[in-house]
Amino acid sequence: MALNALEQQALVEINPSQAKPFRLTDYLRLVRAASVVLFVVLWEYFGRQVNPLFLSYPSAIVKACVQLLIAGEFQRQAIGSLGIYAVGLGAALVLGILLGLLMGRYRLAEYLLDPYVYALDATPRVALIPLLLLWFGLGAPAKIAVVFLSGIFPVLMNTFSGVRTVSGGLVDVGRAYGAGEGKIFTKIIMPAALPFIMAGVRLGVGRALIGIITAEMFTAVTGMGALLIRYSSAMATDKFFVPVIFLALLGVILSGAVEALQRRLAPWKETERAL
Amino acid sequence: MLEVRHLSKVFFEQNDPQKPGLIALYDISLSVRRNEFVCLLGPSGCGKTTLIRIIAGLLPADRGEVLVNGNPVTSPGRDRCMVFQQFGLLPWRTVLGNVEFGLEIEGMGREERRDISRQYLELVGLKGFEDYYPHQISGGMQQRVGIARALSKKPDILLMDEPFGAVDAQTREQLQEELLKIWAKTDTTVIFVTHSIDESIYLSDRVVIMHSRPGRIKEEVAVELPRPRWEGDVKADPRFAQLRARVRESLRE
Ligand SMILES: Nc1ncnc2c1ncn2[C@@H]1O[C@H](COP(=O)(O)OP(=O)(O)OP(=O)(O)O)[C@@H](O)[C@H]1O
Ligand SMILES: [Mg+2]
Repeated sequence: MALNALEQQALVEINPSQAKPFRLTDYLRLVRAASVVLFVVLWEYFGRQVNPLFLSYPSAIVKACVQLLIAGEFQRQAIGSLGIYAVGLGAALVLGILLGLLMGRYRLAEYLLDPYVYALDATPRVALIPLLLLWFGLGAPAKIAVVFLSGIFPVLMNTFSGVRTVSGGLVDVGRAYGAGEGKIFTKIIMPAALPFIMAGVRLGVGRALIGIITAEMFTAVTGMGALLIRYSSAMATDKFFVPVIFLALLGVILSGAVEALQRRLAPWKETERAL
Repeated sequence: MLEVRHLSKVFFEQNDPQKPGLIALYDISLSVRRNEFVCLLGPSGCGKTTLIRIIAGLLPADRGEVLVNGNPVTSPGRDRCMVFQQFGLLPWRTVLGNVEFGLEIEGMGREERRDISRQYLELVGLKGFEDYYPHQISGGMQQRVGIARALSKKPDILLMDEPFGAVDAQTREQLQEELLKIWAKTDTTVIFVTHSIDESIYLSDRVVIMHSRPGRIKEEVAVELPRPRWEGDVKADPRFAQLRARVRESLRE
Protein backbone atom coordinates (compact mmCIF):
# COMPACT_ATOMS: atom_id res chain seq x y z
CA MET A 1 0.00 0.00 0.00
CA ALA A 2 1.15 3.51 -0.67
CA LEU A 3 1.88 5.77 2.26
CA ASN A 4 -0.78 8.33 3.04
CA ALA A 5 -0.07 12.04 3.47
CA LEU A 6 0.62 11.87 7.20
CA GLU A 7 2.88 8.87 6.77
CA GLN A 8 4.77 10.68 4.00
CA GLN A 9 5.36 13.58 6.29
CA ALA A 10 6.54 11.29 9.07
CA LEU A 11 8.83 9.51 6.66
CA VAL A 12 10.66 12.71 5.83
CA GLU A 13 11.24 13.25 9.50
CA ILE A 14 12.34 9.71 10.26
CA ASN A 15 14.52 9.52 7.15
CA PRO A 16 15.19 5.83 7.70
CA SER A 17 17.93 5.38 5.13
CA GLN A 18 20.18 7.84 6.90
CA ALA A 19 23.07 7.09 9.23
CA LYS A 20 24.14 3.60 8.29
CA PRO A 21 27.73 2.99 9.34
CA PHE A 22 29.92 0.62 7.31
CA ARG A 23 29.35 -2.98 8.32
CA LEU A 24 30.94 -6.00 6.75
CA THR A 25 27.62 -7.83 7.13
CA ASP A 26 26.11 -5.50 4.51
CA TYR A 27 28.47 -6.97 1.89
CA LEU A 28 27.96 -10.68 2.50
CA ARG A 29 28.09 -11.68 -1.16
CA LEU A 30 31.35 -9.86 -1.61
CA VAL A 31 32.78 -11.60 1.43
CA ARG A 32 31.80 -14.95 -0.01
CA ALA A 33 33.34 -14.22 -3.41
CA ALA A 34 36.55 -12.97 -1.82
CA SER A 35 36.75 -16.11 0.26
CA VAL A 36 36.51 -18.31 -2.84
CA VAL A 37 39.11 -16.31 -4.75
CA LEU A 38 41.50 -16.44 -1.82
CA PHE A 39 41.04 -20.18 -1.53
CA VAL A 40 41.76 -20.78 -5.21
CA VAL A 41 44.87 -18.59 -5.09
CA LEU A 42 46.23 -20.36 -2.01
CA TRP A 43 45.50 -23.75 -3.53
CA GLU A 44 47.33 -22.81 -6.70
CA TYR A 45 50.33 -21.55 -4.75
CA PHE A 46 50.72 -24.42 -2.31
CA GLY A 47 49.44 -27.08 -4.75
CA ARG A 48 52.36 -26.43 -7.06
CA GLN A 49 54.79 -27.35 -4.29
CA VAL A 50 53.26 -30.79 -3.69
CA ASN A 51 54.07 -33.91 -5.68
CA PRO A 52 51.39 -34.10 -8.44
CA LEU A 53 50.87 -37.76 -7.61
CA PHE A 54 49.07 -36.65 -4.46
CA LEU A 55 47.53 -33.28 -5.15
CA SER A 56 46.84 -31.16 -8.17
CA TYR A 57 46.24 -27.42 -8.43
CA PRO A 58 43.60 -25.30 -10.17
CA SER A 59 45.42 -24.39 -13.39
CA ALA A 60 46.45 -28.00 -14.00
CA ILE A 61 42.91 -29.13 -13.34
CA VAL A 62 41.58 -26.64 -15.87
CA LYS A 63 44.07 -27.92 -18.41
CA ALA A 64 43.05 -31.53 -17.74
CA CYS A 65 39.44 -30.56 -17.99
CA VAL A 66 39.95 -29.02 -21.44
CA GLN A 67 41.77 -32.16 -22.58
CA LEU A 68 39.00 -34.44 -21.33
CA LEU A 69 36.34 -32.29 -22.93
CA ILE A 70 38.11 -32.33 -26.27
CA ALA A 71 38.49 -36.10 -26.10
CA GLY A 72 34.74 -36.28 -25.44
CA GLU A 73 35.17 -38.96 -22.80
CA PHE A 74 34.01 -36.81 -19.93
CA GLN A 75 30.77 -35.65 -21.54
CA ARG A 76 29.82 -39.18 -22.51
CA GLN A 77 30.25 -40.48 -18.97
CA ALA A 78 28.59 -37.44 -17.44
CA ILE A 79 25.53 -37.75 -19.62
CA GLY A 80 25.29 -41.45 -18.81
CA SER A 81 25.44 -40.75 -15.09
CA LEU A 82 22.98 -37.87 -15.26
CA GLY A 83 20.44 -39.93 -17.18
CA ILE A 84 20.46 -42.68 -14.59
CA TYR A 85 20.38 -40.10 -11.82
CA ALA A 86 17.36 -38.34 -13.31
CA VAL A 87 15.35 -41.54 -13.74
CA GLY A 88 16.13 -42.85 -10.25
CA LEU A 89 15.56 -39.52 -8.58
CA GLY A 90 12.35 -38.86 -10.49
CA ALA A 91 10.92 -42.17 -9.34
CA ALA A 92 12.09 -41.50 -5.78
CA LEU A 93 10.43 -38.08 -5.66
CA VAL A 94 7.12 -39.22 -7.09
CA LEU A 95 6.83 -42.32 -4.94
CA GLY A 96 8.31 -40.68 -1.86
CA ILE A 97 5.85 -37.80 -1.91
CA LEU A 98 2.92 -40.08 -2.69
CA LEU A 99 3.68 -42.58 0.07
CA GLY A 100 4.50 -39.78 2.48
CA LEU A 101 1.14 -38.13 1.83
CA LEU A 102 -0.74 -41.38 2.28
CA MET A 103 1.12 -42.38 5.43
CA GLY A 104 0.73 -38.92 6.90
CA ARG A 105 -2.99 -38.71 6.26
CA TYR A 106 -4.14 -42.29 6.83
CA ARG A 107 -3.30 -44.18 9.99
CA LEU A 108 -3.97 -47.43 8.14
CA ALA A 109 -1.33 -46.70 5.51
CA GLU A 110 1.08 -45.61 8.21
CA TYR A 111 0.85 -48.78 10.26
CA LEU A 112 0.86 -50.91 7.14
CA LEU A 113 4.04 -49.44 5.73
CA ASP A 114 6.12 -47.96 8.50
CA PRO A 115 8.02 -51.13 9.51
CA TYR A 116 9.55 -51.36 6.04
CA VAL A 117 10.11 -47.66 5.72
CA TYR A 118 11.93 -47.38 9.03
CA ALA A 119 13.93 -50.57 8.52
CA LEU A 120 15.04 -49.65 5.01
CA ASP A 121 15.77 -46.10 6.00
CA ALA A 122 17.96 -47.25 8.87
CA THR A 123 19.93 -49.67 6.66
CA PRO A 124 22.95 -47.99 5.11
CA ARG A 125 22.20 -48.10 1.39
CA VAL A 126 25.76 -49.16 0.54
CA ALA A 127 25.06 -52.44 2.28
CA LEU A 128 22.40 -53.19 -0.31
CA ILE A 129 24.51 -52.44 -3.37
CA PRO A 130 26.09 -55.91 -3.72
CA LEU A 131 22.65 -57.49 -3.60
CA LEU A 132 21.25 -55.06 -6.14
CA LEU A 133 24.18 -55.78 -8.46
CA LEU A 134 23.45 -59.46 -8.08
CA TRP A 135 19.84 -58.92 -9.02
CA PHE A 136 20.17 -56.37 -11.77
CA GLY A 137 23.68 -56.85 -13.11
CA LEU A 138 26.27 -54.15 -13.71
CA GLY A 139 24.15 -52.00 -16.03
CA ALA A 140 21.75 -49.13 -15.59
CA PRO A 141 18.90 -50.89 -13.71
CA ALA A 142 21.04 -51.64 -10.66
CA LYS A 143 22.27 -48.07 -10.51
CA ILE A 144 18.76 -46.70 -10.92
CA ALA A 145 17.69 -48.89 -8.03
CA VAL A 146 20.51 -47.54 -5.85
CA VAL A 147 19.67 -43.94 -6.73
CA PHE A 148 16.02 -44.60 -6.05
CA LEU A 149 16.67 -46.18 -2.65
CA SER A 150 19.07 -43.39 -1.71
CA GLY A 151 16.69 -40.62 -2.67
CA ILE A 152 13.28 -41.85 -1.59
CA PHE A 153 13.52 -41.93 2.19
CA PRO A 154 14.35 -38.33 2.98
CA VAL A 155 11.50 -37.27 0.70
CA LEU A 156 9.09 -39.79 2.17
CA MET A 157 9.99 -39.06 5.79
CA ASN A 158 9.79 -35.31 5.39
CA THR A 159 6.52 -35.45 3.51
CA PHE A 160 5.14 -37.76 6.17
CA SER A 161 6.08 -35.53 9.08
CA GLY A 162 4.97 -32.48 7.11
CA VAL A 163 1.50 -33.91 6.65
CA ARG A 164 1.39 -34.91 10.31
CA THR A 165 2.06 -31.35 11.40
CA VAL A 166 -0.83 -29.93 9.36
CA SER A 167 -3.22 -28.80 12.07
CA GLY A 168 -6.67 -30.28 12.30
CA GLY A 169 -7.90 -26.71 12.31
CA LEU A 170 -6.77 -26.13 8.74
CA VAL A 171 -8.35 -29.37 7.58
CA ASP A 172 -11.55 -28.27 9.32
CA VAL A 173 -11.50 -25.02 7.37
CA GLY A 174 -11.36 -27.03 4.16
CA ARG A 175 -14.18 -29.30 5.26
CA ALA A 176 -16.31 -26.44 6.53
CA TYR A 177 -16.10 -24.86 3.08
CA GLY A 178 -17.15 -28.04 1.39
CA ALA A 179 -13.86 -29.55 0.26
CA GLY A 180 -13.95 -33.30 -0.32
CA GLU A 181 -11.00 -35.56 0.41
CA GLY A 182 -9.35 -34.79 -2.94
CA LYS A 183 -9.51 -31.04 -2.46
CA ILE A 184 -8.42 -31.38 1.16
CA PHE A 185 -5.28 -32.99 -0.24
CA THR A 186 -4.58 -30.53 -3.01
CA LYS A 187 -5.74 -27.31 -1.38
CA ILE A 188 -4.95 -27.83 2.28
CA ILE A 189 -2.52 -30.64 3.00
CA MET A 190 -0.13 -30.27 0.10
CA PRO A 191 0.37 -26.52 0.41
CA ALA A 192 0.59 -26.72 4.20
CA ALA A 193 3.18 -29.50 4.03
CA LEU A 194 5.02 -27.98 1.08
CA PRO A 195 7.95 -26.50 3.02
CA PHE A 196 8.58 -29.90 4.59
CA ILE A 197 8.24 -31.68 1.25
CA MET A 198 10.72 -29.30 -0.35
CA ALA A 199 13.19 -29.80 2.49
CA GLY A 200 12.89 -33.52 1.85
CA VAL A 201 13.38 -33.04 -1.88
CA ARG A 202 16.51 -31.07 -1.23
CA LEU A 203 17.92 -33.80 0.97
CA GLY A 204 16.85 -36.50 -1.47
CA VAL A 205 18.55 -34.75 -4.38
CA GLY A 206 21.84 -34.83 -2.47
CA ARG A 207 21.47 -38.39 -1.24
CA ALA A 208 20.64 -39.64 -4.72
CA LEU A 209 23.81 -38.02 -6.02
CA ILE A 210 25.81 -39.90 -3.43
CA GLY A 211 23.90 -43.01 -4.49
CA ILE A 212 24.80 -42.80 -8.15
CA ILE A 213 28.50 -42.19 -7.47
CA THR A 214 28.72 -45.01 -4.94
CA ALA A 215 27.04 -47.41 -7.33
CA GLU A 216 29.33 -46.43 -10.18
CA MET A 217 32.40 -46.78 -8.03
CA PHE A 218 31.28 -50.29 -7.14
CA THR A 219 30.74 -51.35 -10.72
CA ALA A 220 33.62 -49.22 -12.03
CA VAL A 221 32.51 -49.64 -15.63
CA THR A 222 30.84 -46.42 -16.66
CA GLY A 223 29.90 -43.02 -15.28
CA MET A 224 31.44 -40.39 -13.07
CA GLY A 225 32.16 -42.90 -10.32
CA ALA A 226 34.07 -45.11 -12.75
CA LEU A 227 36.12 -42.12 -13.88
CA LEU A 228 37.03 -41.38 -10.27
CA ILE A 229 38.29 -44.94 -9.80
CA ARG A 230 40.13 -44.93 -13.13
CA TYR A 231 41.95 -41.61 -12.59
CA SER A 232 42.83 -42.30 -9.02
CA SER A 233 44.34 -45.71 -9.79
CA ALA A 234 46.31 -44.01 -12.56
CA MET A 235 47.36 -41.38 -10.02
CA ALA A 236 46.21 -38.68 -12.42
CA THR A 237 45.17 -36.25 -9.72
CA ASP A 238 44.59 -33.41 -12.18
CA LYS A 239 42.03 -35.44 -14.09
CA PHE A 240 40.66 -36.85 -10.88
CA PHE A 241 39.59 -33.41 -9.73
CA VAL A 242 37.57 -32.78 -12.89
CA PRO A 243 34.66 -35.09 -11.96
CA VAL A 244 35.03 -34.13 -8.30
CA ILE A 245 34.57 -30.46 -9.04
CA PHE A 246 31.85 -31.24 -11.55
CA LEU A 247 29.96 -33.16 -8.88
CA ALA A 248 30.47 -30.45 -6.30
CA LEU A 249 29.10 -27.83 -8.68
CA LEU A 250 26.24 -30.09 -9.67
CA GLY A 251 25.33 -30.58 -6.02
CA VAL A 252 25.39 -26.86 -5.33
CA ILE A 253 23.37 -26.02 -8.43
CA LEU A 254 20.74 -28.66 -7.75
CA SER A 255 20.21 -27.67 -4.17
CA GLY A 256 20.10 -24.02 -5.23
CA ALA A 257 17.51 -24.90 -7.83
CA VAL A 258 15.37 -26.70 -5.28
CA GLU A 259 15.63 -23.72 -2.97
CA ALA A 260 14.63 -21.35 -5.75
CA LEU A 261 11.69 -23.60 -6.57
CA GLN A 262 10.65 -23.59 -2.94
CA ARG A 263 10.77 -19.82 -2.85
CA ARG A 264 8.55 -19.69 -5.90
CA LEU A 265 6.09 -22.24 -4.62
CA ALA A 266 6.01 -21.02 -1.03
CA PRO A 267 6.52 -17.26 -1.03
CA TRP A 268 4.65 -16.92 2.26
CA LYS A 269 7.44 -18.76 4.07
CA GLU A 270 9.99 -16.34 2.72
CA THR A 271 8.37 -13.24 4.17
CA GLU A 272 7.72 -15.05 7.40
CA ARG A 273 11.39 -15.73 8.05
CA ALA A 274 12.85 -13.56 10.75
CA LEU A 275 16.30 -13.26 9.21
CA MET B 1 -35.10 -24.18 10.14
CA LEU B 2 -32.41 -25.34 12.55
CA GLU B 3 -33.23 -27.86 15.24
CA VAL B 4 -30.78 -29.10 17.84
CA ARG B 5 -32.25 -32.06 19.68
CA HIS B 6 -30.94 -33.49 22.94
CA LEU B 7 -27.37 -33.09 21.84
CA SER B 8 -24.58 -34.45 24.04
CA LYS B 9 -20.85 -34.64 23.49
CA VAL B 10 -18.19 -36.31 25.61
CA PHE B 11 -14.49 -35.74 25.14
CA PHE B 12 -12.19 -38.56 26.13
CA GLU B 13 -8.79 -38.36 27.75
CA GLN B 14 -5.98 -37.84 25.29
CA ASN B 15 -3.85 -40.71 26.57
CA ASP B 16 -6.71 -43.03 27.38
CA PRO B 17 -9.42 -43.10 24.73
CA GLN B 18 -11.60 -45.25 27.02
CA LYS B 19 -11.71 -42.74 29.84
CA PRO B 20 -14.25 -39.92 29.56
CA GLY B 21 -12.48 -36.68 30.32
CA LEU B 22 -15.21 -34.11 30.10
CA ILE B 23 -18.88 -33.75 29.27
CA ALA B 24 -18.63 -30.83 26.87
CA LEU B 25 -22.33 -30.73 26.04
CA TYR B 26 -25.20 -32.29 27.90
CA ASP B 27 -28.70 -32.55 26.50
CA ILE B 28 -28.68 -29.36 24.46
CA SER B 29 -31.91 -28.53 22.67
CA LEU B 30 -32.33 -25.40 20.65
CA SER B 31 -34.62 -24.40 17.87
CA VAL B 32 -33.86 -21.50 15.58
CA ARG B 33 -36.26 -19.94 13.08
CA ARG B 34 -35.32 -18.85 9.59
CA ASN B 35 -33.72 -15.42 9.63
CA GLU B 36 -33.40 -15.43 13.38
CA PHE B 37 -30.31 -13.99 15.03
CA VAL B 38 -29.30 -16.04 18.07
CA CYS B 39 -26.38 -15.32 20.35
CA LEU B 40 -24.66 -17.98 22.44
CA LEU B 41 -23.25 -16.54 25.62
CA GLY B 42 -21.38 -18.37 28.34
CA PRO B 43 -18.18 -18.69 30.29
CA SER B 44 -14.99 -19.86 28.64
CA GLY B 45 -14.96 -23.61 28.17
CA CYS B 46 -18.73 -24.14 28.41
CA GLY B 47 -18.89 -25.77 24.99
CA LYS B 48 -19.89 -22.96 22.65
CA THR B 49 -17.28 -23.82 20.04
CA THR B 50 -18.08 -27.50 20.42
CA LEU B 51 -21.78 -26.85 19.82
CA ILE B 52 -21.15 -24.69 16.81
CA ARG B 53 -18.75 -27.23 15.32
CA ILE B 54 -21.33 -29.97 15.68
CA ILE B 55 -23.90 -27.77 13.96
CA ALA B 56 -21.36 -27.10 11.20
CA GLY B 57 -20.94 -30.85 10.76
CA LEU B 58 -17.27 -30.81 11.67
CA LEU B 59 -17.68 -32.89 14.80
CA PRO B 60 -19.97 -35.85 15.43
CA ALA B 61 -22.22 -35.79 18.47
CA ASP B 62 -22.47 -38.68 20.91
CA ARG B 63 -26.21 -38.33 21.46
CA GLY B 64 -28.94 -36.36 19.79
CA GLU B 65 -29.05 -34.75 16.40
CA VAL B 66 -28.98 -31.53 14.45
CA LEU B 67 -31.61 -30.95 11.79
CA VAL B 68 -31.47 -28.34 9.08
CA ASN B 69 -34.83 -27.98 7.33
CA GLY B 70 -35.69 -31.37 8.73
CA ASN B 71 -32.59 -33.11 7.38
CA PRO B 72 -30.05 -34.50 9.84
CA VAL B 73 -26.60 -32.97 9.65
CA THR B 74 -23.78 -35.47 9.27
CA SER B 75 -21.18 -33.43 7.41
CA PRO B 76 -20.51 -29.82 6.43
CA GLY B 77 -22.82 -28.50 3.77
CA ARG B 78 -23.07 -25.46 1.56
CA ASP B 79 -26.08 -24.20 3.48
CA ARG B 80 -23.83 -23.49 6.50
CA CYS B 81 -20.71 -21.37 6.77
CA MET B 82 -18.40 -20.86 9.67
CA VAL B 83 -16.33 -17.99 10.98
CA PHE B 84 -13.62 -19.55 13.12
CA GLN B 85 -12.60 -18.33 16.54
CA GLN B 86 -8.93 -18.74 15.54
CA PHE B 87 -9.63 -17.13 12.14
CA GLY B 88 -8.81 -20.30 10.18
CA LEU B 89 -6.88 -18.52 7.45
CA LEU B 90 -4.64 -20.47 5.13
CA PRO B 91 -1.15 -19.01 5.62
CA TRP B 92 -0.02 -19.78 2.06
CA ARG B 93 -2.82 -17.76 0.51
CA THR B 94 -3.03 -14.03 0.28
CA VAL B 95 -5.91 -12.14 1.84
CA LEU B 96 -7.76 -12.24 -1.48
CA GLY B 97 -6.89 -15.90 -1.98
CA ASN B 98 -8.32 -16.71 1.42
CA VAL B 99 -11.61 -15.00 0.72
CA GLU B 100 -11.76 -16.75 -2.64
CA PHE B 101 -11.26 -20.14 -1.03
CA GLY B 102 -14.90 -20.96 -0.36
CA LEU B 103 -16.03 -19.92 -3.84
CA GLU B 104 -13.12 -21.75 -5.42
CA ILE B 105 -14.09 -25.00 -3.72
CA GLU B 106 -17.58 -24.49 -5.09
CA GLY B 107 -16.06 -24.39 -8.57
CA MET B 108 -16.77 -20.76 -9.40
CA GLY B 109 -14.65 -19.25 -12.19
CA ARG B 110 -11.57 -17.18 -11.37
CA GLU B 111 -12.78 -13.78 -12.55
CA GLU B 112 -16.16 -14.04 -10.93
CA ARG B 113 -14.88 -15.16 -7.54
CA ARG B 114 -12.21 -12.47 -7.58
CA ASP B 115 -14.81 -9.80 -8.15
CA ILE B 116 -17.04 -11.09 -5.40
CA SER B 117 -14.13 -11.49 -2.99
CA ARG B 118 -12.99 -7.94 -3.60
CA GLN B 119 -16.47 -6.68 -2.84
CA TYR B 120 -16.57 -8.46 0.48
CA LEU B 121 -13.06 -7.33 1.38
CA GLU B 122 -14.16 -3.79 0.80
CA LEU B 123 -17.20 -4.42 2.92
CA VAL B 124 -15.07 -5.45 5.91
CA GLY B 125 -12.72 -2.52 5.33
CA LEU B 126 -9.74 -4.37 3.90
CA LYS B 127 -9.54 -2.78 0.48
CA GLY B 128 -5.88 -2.44 -0.45
CA PHE B 129 -4.72 -5.47 1.54
CA GLU B 130 -5.64 -8.06 -1.10
CA ASP B 131 -2.07 -9.19 -1.71
CA TYR B 132 -0.91 -9.40 1.88
CA TYR B 133 -0.32 -12.72 3.55
CA PRO B 134 -2.18 -13.42 6.80
CA HIS B 135 0.94 -13.12 8.95
CA GLN B 136 1.52 -9.64 7.57
CA ILE B 137 -1.75 -8.24 8.90
CA SER B 138 -3.05 -7.78 12.43
CA GLY B 139 -5.26 -10.20 14.31
CA GLY B 140 -8.33 -8.04 13.89
CA MET B 141 -7.69 -7.80 10.16
CA GLN B 142 -7.26 -11.55 9.92
CA GLN B 143 -10.56 -12.01 11.64
CA ARG B 144 -12.25 -9.73 9.13
CA VAL B 145 -10.80 -11.80 6.30
CA GLY B 146 -12.46 -14.83 7.88
CA ILE B 147 -15.76 -12.93 8.04
CA ALA B 148 -15.50 -11.84 4.41
CA ARG B 149 -14.82 -15.42 3.40
CA ALA B 150 -17.91 -16.69 5.18
CA LEU B 151 -20.18 -13.91 3.94
CA SER B 152 -19.07 -14.35 0.34
CA LYS B 153 -20.71 -17.77 0.27
CA LYS B 154 -24.09 -16.31 1.21
CA PRO B 155 -24.97 -19.25 3.43
CA ASP B 156 -28.46 -19.91 4.79
CA ILE B 157 -26.96 -20.36 8.22
CA LEU B 158 -24.00 -18.31 9.33
CA LEU B 159 -22.11 -19.78 12.28
CA MET B 160 -19.89 -17.18 13.90
CA ASP B 161 -17.53 -18.16 16.69
CA GLU B 162 -16.52 -14.97 18.49
CA PRO B 163 -15.98 -13.24 15.18
CA PHE B 164 -15.25 -9.85 16.69
CA GLY B 165 -13.09 -11.08 19.54
CA ALA B 166 -9.85 -9.71 18.15
CA VAL B 167 -10.96 -6.36 16.75
CA ASP B 168 -10.81 -3.00 18.45
CA ALA B 169 -13.92 -1.37 19.88
CA GLN B 170 -14.55 1.02 16.98
CA THR B 171 -14.09 -1.57 14.27
CA ARG B 172 -16.23 -3.86 16.30
CA GLU B 173 -19.12 -1.42 16.28
CA GLN B 174 -18.74 -0.88 12.57
CA LEU B 175 -18.68 -4.60 11.90
CA GLN B 176 -21.68 -5.20 14.13
CA GLU B 177 -23.62 -2.63 12.13
CA GLU B 178 -22.45 -4.12 8.82
CA LEU B 179 -23.42 -7.58 9.96
CA LEU B 180 -26.89 -6.42 11.00
CA LYS B 181 -27.34 -4.69 7.65
CA ILE B 182 -26.31 -7.77 5.69
CA TRP B 183 -28.50 -9.91 7.85
CA ALA B 184 -31.46 -7.55 7.38
CA LYS B 185 -31.03 -7.60 3.60
CA THR B 186 -30.85 -11.37 3.29
CA ASP B 187 -32.72 -14.13 5.04
CA THR B 188 -29.65 -15.54 6.67
CA THR B 189 -29.96 -17.26 10.01
CA VAL B 190 -27.14 -16.37 12.37
CA ILE B 191 -25.74 -18.25 15.35
CA PHE B 192 -23.27 -15.93 16.98
CA VAL B 193 -20.96 -16.82 19.85
CA THR B 194 -19.74 -13.99 22.02
CA HIS B 195 -18.38 -13.20 25.45
CA SER B 196 -19.83 -9.72 25.49
CA ILE B 197 -23.23 -9.23 27.10
CA ASP B 198 -23.77 -5.92 25.33
CA GLU B 199 -22.89 -7.39 21.97
CA SER B 200 -25.27 -10.29 22.44
CA ILE B 201 -28.17 -7.99 23.31
CA TYR B 202 -27.38 -5.44 20.62
CA LEU B 203 -27.28 -8.03 17.86
CA SER B 204 -29.69 -10.79 18.64
CA ASP B 205 -33.33 -11.73 18.78
CA ARG B 206 -32.52 -14.19 21.51
CA VAL B 207 -29.62 -14.70 23.88
CA VAL B 208 -28.96 -18.32 24.77
CA ILE B 209 -27.03 -18.51 28.03
CA MET B 210 -24.90 -21.57 28.66
CA HIS B 211 -23.05 -22.79 31.69
CA SER B 212 -20.27 -25.29 32.06
CA ARG B 213 -19.42 -28.68 33.58
CA PRO B 214 -21.41 -30.11 32.01
CA GLY B 215 -22.12 -27.71 29.16
CA ARG B 216 -25.84 -26.97 29.27
CA ILE B 217 -28.26 -24.30 28.22
CA LYS B 218 -29.28 -22.45 31.32
CA GLU B 219 -31.70 -19.89 30.02
CA GLU B 220 -32.92 -18.15 26.90
CA VAL B 221 -33.61 -14.46 26.99
CA ALA B 222 -35.71 -12.94 24.19
CA VAL B 223 -34.53 -9.52 23.07
CA GLU B 224 -37.47 -7.54 21.82
CA LEU B 225 -35.73 -4.29 21.09
CA PRO B 226 -36.85 -2.47 17.95
CA ARG B 227 -34.88 -2.80 14.73
CA PRO B 228 -32.94 -1.44 12.95
CA ARG B 229 -30.78 -1.06 16.00
CA TRP B 230 -27.97 0.91 14.39
CA GLU B 231 -30.19 3.98 14.17
CA GLY B 232 -30.39 5.99 17.33
CA ASP B 233 -28.84 4.79 20.54
CA VAL B 234 -30.32 1.43 21.43
CA LYS B 235 -27.87 0.97 24.23
CA ALA B 236 -29.34 4.00 25.99
CA ASP B 237 -32.81 2.43 25.89
CA PRO B 238 -33.92 1.51 29.42
CA ARG B 239 -35.01 -1.90 28.18
CA PHE B 240 -31.43 -2.51 27.09
CA ALA B 241 -30.24 -1.86 30.64
CA GLN B 242 -32.87 -4.23 32.03
CA LEU B 243 -31.85 -6.99 29.64
CA ARG B 244 -28.21 -6.44 30.46
CA ALA B 245 -28.90 -6.76 34.18
CA ARG B 246 -30.94 -9.88 33.62
CA VAL B 247 -28.34 -11.60 31.45
CA ARG B 248 -25.57 -10.65 33.81
CA GLU B 249 -27.52 -12.05 36.73
CA SER B 250 -28.12 -15.30 34.87
CA LEU B 251 -24.44 -15.67 34.00
CA ARG B 252 -23.38 -15.01 37.56
CA GLU B 253 -25.49 -17.71 39.24
N1 LIG C 1 -10.91 -31.88 20.78
C1 LIG C 1 -11.08 -31.83 22.12
N2 LIG C 1 -10.63 -32.81 22.91
C2 LIG C 1 -10.81 -32.76 24.24
N3 LIG C 1 -11.45 -31.78 24.87
C3 LIG C 1 -11.93 -30.76 24.14
C4 LIG C 1 -11.78 -30.72 22.72
N4 LIG C 1 -12.36 -29.60 22.25
C5 LIG C 1 -12.84 -28.97 23.33
N5 LIG C 1 -12.61 -29.65 24.46
C6 LIG C 1 -13.02 -29.27 25.80
O1 LIG C 1 -14.40 -29.03 25.78
C7 LIG C 1 -14.72 -27.91 26.58
C8 LIG C 1 -15.50 -26.92 25.77
O2 LIG C 1 -14.66 -26.38 24.78
P1 LIG C 1 -15.15 -25.26 23.78
O3 LIG C 1 -14.00 -24.96 22.88
O4 LIG C 1 -16.40 -25.70 23.15
O5 LIG C 1 -15.41 -24.04 24.76
P2 LIG C 1 -15.92 -22.57 24.44
O6 LIG C 1 -17.21 -22.40 25.12
O7 LIG C 1 -15.86 -22.33 22.98
O8 LIG C 1 -14.82 -21.70 25.18
P3 LIG C 1 -14.21 -20.28 24.75
O9 LIG C 1 -15.22 -19.26 25.11
O10 LIG C 1 -13.00 -20.16 25.59
O11 LIG C 1 -13.90 -20.34 23.29
C9 LIG C 1 -13.41 -27.35 27.09
O12 LIG C 1 -13.27 -27.72 28.45
C10 LIG C 1 -12.36 -28.00 26.25
O13 LIG C 1 -11.23 -28.27 27.03
MG1 LIG D 1 -14.70 -21.20 21.74
